[in-house]
Amino acid sequence: MTLLDHMPSEAQLRRAAYRRRQTVYSVLVAASSTAALGALLVVAVTGAPGWDRVRRSFLDPEIARDALPAVLSGLWLNVRLLVCCAAGALLLGLVIAVLRTLRGPIFFPVRALAAGYTYTFRGLPLIIVLYLLTLGVPGLRLQGMPPVLVLGGFALVLTYGGYLAEVFRAGIESVHPSQLAAARSLGLTYRQTMRHVVLPQAVRRVAPPLLNDVVALQKDVGLVSLAGPIDAVRAAQIATAQSFNYTPYVVAGVLFVLLAIPLIAVTDWVTLRSARRQSGG
Amino acid sequence: MAVLRCRGLRKKFGGTVVLDQLDLTVAEHQVVALIGASGSGKSTLLRCVNLLDELDDGTIELDGEDISDPRVDPDRVRRRIGMVFQAYNLFPHLSVLENITLAPRRVHRRARAEAEAQARELLDRVGLGARADAYPDRLSGGQQQRVAIVRALANSPRLMLLDEVTSALDPELVGEVLAMIRDLKADGMTMVLATHEMGFAREVADEVCFLDAGRVVESGPPEQVLGEPTQARTRQFLRRIIEAGRL
Ligand SMILES: Nc1ncnc2c1ncn2[C@@H]1O[C@H](COP(=O)(O)OP(=O)(O)O)[C@@H](O)[C@H]1O
Ligand SMILES: [Mg+2]
Repeated sequence: MTLLDHMPSEAQLRRAAYRRRQTVYSVLVAASSTAALGALLVVAVTGAPGWDRVRRSFLDPEIARDALPAVLSGLWLNVRLLVCCAAGALLLGLVIAVLRTLRGPIFFPVRALAAGYTYTFRGLPLIIVLYLLTLGVPGLRLQGMPPVLVLGGFALVLTYGGYLAEVFRAGIESVHPSQLAAARSLGLTYRQTMRHVVLPQAVRRVAPPLLNDVVALQKDVGLVSLAGPIDAVRAAQIATAQSFNYTPYVVAGVLFVLLAIPLIAVTDWVTLRSARRQSGG
Repeated sequence: MAVLRCRGLRKKFGGTVVLDQLDLTVAEHQVVALIGASGSGKSTLLRCVNLLDELDDGTIELDGEDISDPRVDPDRVRRRIGMVFQAYNLFPHLSVLENITLAPRRVHRRARAEAEAQARELLDRVGLGARADAYPDRLSGGQQQRVAIVRALANSPRLMLLDEVTSALDPELVGEVLAMIRDLKADGMTMVLATHEMGFAREVADEVCFLDAGRVVESGPPEQVLGEPTQARTRQFLRRIIEAGRL
């Protein structure tokens, strides 16, 4: 029997009609409560005694237009730093996590170093790492010293690598030992087992928290401006100091959110997909 | 010459002795069924033979080579032994075809096309050719276990170890897996299988070993061990099996 020649029963028709009415009702309720809340907010904010002053100092369209090019070129620095540092931190985190799984006495120093690294850099505030690298290392006056921007990038990679290593390690440990037994029973070496069986499953499982850390990194890359390079927030700060108006900060904030939206959307999508996979759907 | 010869195997977990002075010999083309209560050491024995667990004493010879010697490369040994687990243990992130070709490609360094052709042929032979590109979670338990057997066979093993391969299956799916093992026997595969399927053990095994507390209490032809057991503990075990309706 196909769906077409099936005649729904009286009871089913009544249930369907009831559900349709309920849906329309829910949509109406949602729309009116949203409109009411929105109106309330607008009235409360614009009706506030200081609204005019706030609007002039935070939402001045002319100042926004003037500040935009500088803030945008600062943002370009954020984007480049984010891409390089995210790639570097993911790679470093993965390597550290794998090193920590190595067994056997020969690898003791490697394991100890890797563990010491994750403990140190997860505990150390990013700002201190940044200052140590961008101000301390050039002080050594070594030959061929990389520019401050690169040193700042290293600081970000070192700090985030520590976090990401722990996320990767959790993923590796979540792969059931029976998967290792199956791989080893086929004659795969430890390395082949890691490469073809454990890591692919581990990375899939921790993709959502990894991406979440990348979203956090996106906000922290701007801290390199403490060492000199001009990122979007620093550019906004300079513009603010020139115009005595906070609008450039709002411009930078909006741009940051716009930049984050695709990344956050990807994170949500990956999270949803992995949740579905785990529930066997 | 025997394919597998275990002598005086001993294995402890913490304070408990799990394998105790255990001897087992398997000749070429022979099928040996391990029976015994849960916890009697069947899985541990199979894992020790495949060097997944380390022995506390005794020796294991595979084709006359002492594989319990610590100087032997375990990866090389495992390539000659196929193992199938109760819970299938397929790799969930790989398709059926990738599961089967993983070892031939990475361990035996076969070309991809060659490995895939061999895998498809094996799958066709067991009626799973159409599922080659499916992922394990899209297969029934019986299909997954048959893929796991094919995966072990793709290494062309000398010896197959099967650990209660039908225990996790719904009753109506047991038959298809048992049929496959029957075919393996007909092809002359040497096998050691732990099982709770007494009827199947009687039909397919050349020898049945009854394990109790890590020792082989009784072994011999299936008609004798399952039909006229000489040991009290064997009789007791079989009585419980009969009461559970499994014989
Ligand atoms: N990894 C392990 N750690 C500790 N005890 C174990 C481990 N594996 C098995 N055992 C113990 O060894 C005994 C034999 O187990 P097993 O070989 O799985 O028996 P069977 O397969 O016959 O049911 C059981 O008492 C079990 O609890
Ligand atoms: Mg068992």
